Amino acid sequence: MDKLPLHIVRRPELDRVFGLLRDNGYTLIGPTRRDGVIQYSEIRSLADLPVGYSDRQGPGSYELVKSETPRCFGFVHGADSWKRFLFPPKRRVFGASRQAGPQAPFDIDDLRSPPPAYAFVGVRACEIAAISILDRVIGSELLDPYYRQARDKMFVLAVNCIEPGGTCFCVSMNTGPRVTRSFDLCLTELGEEFGVEIGSERGAALFKQLTSRPATAAEKELFRLLLERASERMGRHLETEGLPEVLRKSVESPRWQAIASRCLACGNCTMVCPTCFCYNVVDSTDLKCRKAERWRYWDSCFTLEFSYLGPTSVRYEISSRYRQWMMHKLAWWHDQFGTSGCVGCGRCITWCPVGIDITAEASGFRETAPPRAVPATPQQAMPS
Amino acid sequence: MIAVQDRASVVCHDSRPMVPVTATIVEIQEESSNTRTYVLQIDDPALRSAYRFEPGQFNMVYVFGVGEAAISISSDPANNEYLAHTIRHVGSVTRAIARMKVGDKLGLRGPFGHGWPISRCRGRDILMVAGGIGLAPIRPLIYAILANRGQFGRVVLMYGGRSPSDLLYQKELAAWRDDGQMDLLVSVDYSIAQWDGPVGVVTDLIKRLRIRPDRTSVMVCGPRMMNRHVTWQLLRLRVAPDQLFISLERNMRCGVGRCGHCQYGPKFVCKDGPVFSYESIREVFGKEEI
Repeated sequence: MDKLPLHIVRRPELDRVFGLLRDNGYTLIGPTRRDGVIQYSEIRSLADLPVGYSDRQGPGSYELVKSETPRCFGFVHGADSWKRFLFPPKRRVFGASRQAGPQAPFDIDDLRSPPPAYAFVGVRACEIAAISILDRVIGSELLDPYYRQARDKMFVLAVNCIEPGGTCFCVSMNTGPRVTRSFDLCLTELGEEFGVEIGSERGAALFKQLTSRPATAAEKELFRLLLERASERMGRHLETEGLPEVLRKSVESPRWQAIASRCLACGNCTMVCPTCFCYNVVDSTDLKCRKAERWRYWDSCFTLEFSYLGPTSVRYEISSRYRQWMMHKLAWWHDQFGTSGCVGCGRCITWCPVGIDITAEASGFRETAPPRAVPATPQQAMPS
Repeated sequence: MIAVQDRASVVCHDSRPMVPVTATIVEIQEESSNTRTYVLQIDDPALRSAYRFEPGQFNMVYVFGVGEAAISISSDPANNEYLAHTIRHVGSVTRAIARMKVGDKLGLRGPFGHGWPISRCRGRDILMVAGGIGLAPIRPLIYAILANRGQFGRVVLMYGGRSPSDLLYQKELAAWRDDGQMDLLVSVDYSIAQWDGPVGVVTDLIKRLRIRPDRTSVMVCGPRMMNRHVTWQLLRLRVAPDQLFISLERNMRCGVGRCGHCQYGPKFVCKDGPVFSYESIREVFGKEEI
């Protein structure tokens, strides 16, 4: 820790960081206080941050409260995530036009406005992990040019979490609380000052223009202690060892029905999840049927329409839809993308209206399973 | 036209997998009361001649302003001029297609997915089991097999339909059978006076056949329950799990493993399938509402 390349800047320097980023053409997006929650939106200065606010999060509950310590980043994330900027909830895919009826040829344009160069302010370790998961899922230029371009341009001003939230479990998912990768600059609030780590050449170039000093041995130790304490104070824990295998063996467990008896299939968990990537497309035309458009929207595997096939839906029962979501996140994601789909941010726990806790439910499958409903087998189905 | 695969057999036309190209309906063949085959020609000559597909692959078929449906290609893969989709008119997109006429324009994206593994089946007996519209993705496979008939052992098609008037490609199938190119067993769920074939489920046909399990590759495409029972029955007859191939159907929005709709356990049906070996999906196969 003594060799930790930690620098110290005073708080007003953050305004200079913002100014320099803007001068370099970045659109600054950071945490703001809106409708009683932390929401990511455009900021211009330190004054736009919810200084002095803290959050209390639990299953199905969220509260933003005045804090005694006037920290700049004394809260964790709200429902919002950076996914909203990289993979917008609503986007035009293409427009089509024709001069006459169905026999007329049609032209298709997929003109795309390029994304702005975003500078994300206050990105937490779990959120960096979420972006790196999205990179694997939708990172290819072919699949989503907008995402790729936004992703390549973005500047990450990260923040280390020294006060985890009540539904956080990043330590279990090995994604935090310390930011260790894919950032340009990383801040750690040390009293009235910031510890600064440099994560990229872009970050270094910006940092050079700030007034700073090297951290003292005491400050480095304080940094270490704060992050160690944060690791120990996670609101939740999920034992991940062997979890995908446990879940694979539980596909037909009656526990899914038990969860479904509480689940409203509202889809909140999928909307707030920073890695959920499913989308739907909606086609429309003008009244003359000369101009058509296709739009892409975030979709949720909790809707009945999601698995529509022929006259009905494959996942008709809510238990099947919850199973799809959790099995995908914690088991099948590994097969598909070589990583868990969960970063331990706890959003799905906080924003579930009935407070279903993924850590508790997943752990439940480790317990001796209750007697199974007997499924059909080849032997039963095919008497010799 | 685009195919996002790293496979040599598929031509990558450009870098816009989400954007359809236009094709013209050149012929409409009545198959049954609610099913027709649409013969299409891709409008752009360069794209048309570059277009190649494998039996079992599908296109996303776009109706202007209405939407898209994933539909398997049912024509001869050796035909570079035209391609065909056999479409049952059941949803909003396919019902819009039902209102279209010869000369009308459709959009196409594709071909997508992995088809029937023909090259792995050379020298083996081929048993194809199809139910209803499930015959559509099997027909290109029959064309491909018959084009190299000498490379395969016994070739059998078992086909189950709802009623005699619901059976697809009847004349063509009869011609192939009469030529001695393949065996054909057809059954219907319910009958009419003129029908002298078996009545029942397609799985009953398997009992009429003595297969050589160690030499047989099986290709299955039909409704979910048919797929399940045919697969189980053939496993009981000792067909190897890696020689049982099943084509699956799912809701799809993109065709390239991005929209998430077609997930089947750990698989994306659009890009990992739609044809799977039983071996590769046994973790979830036969389980309810996966």
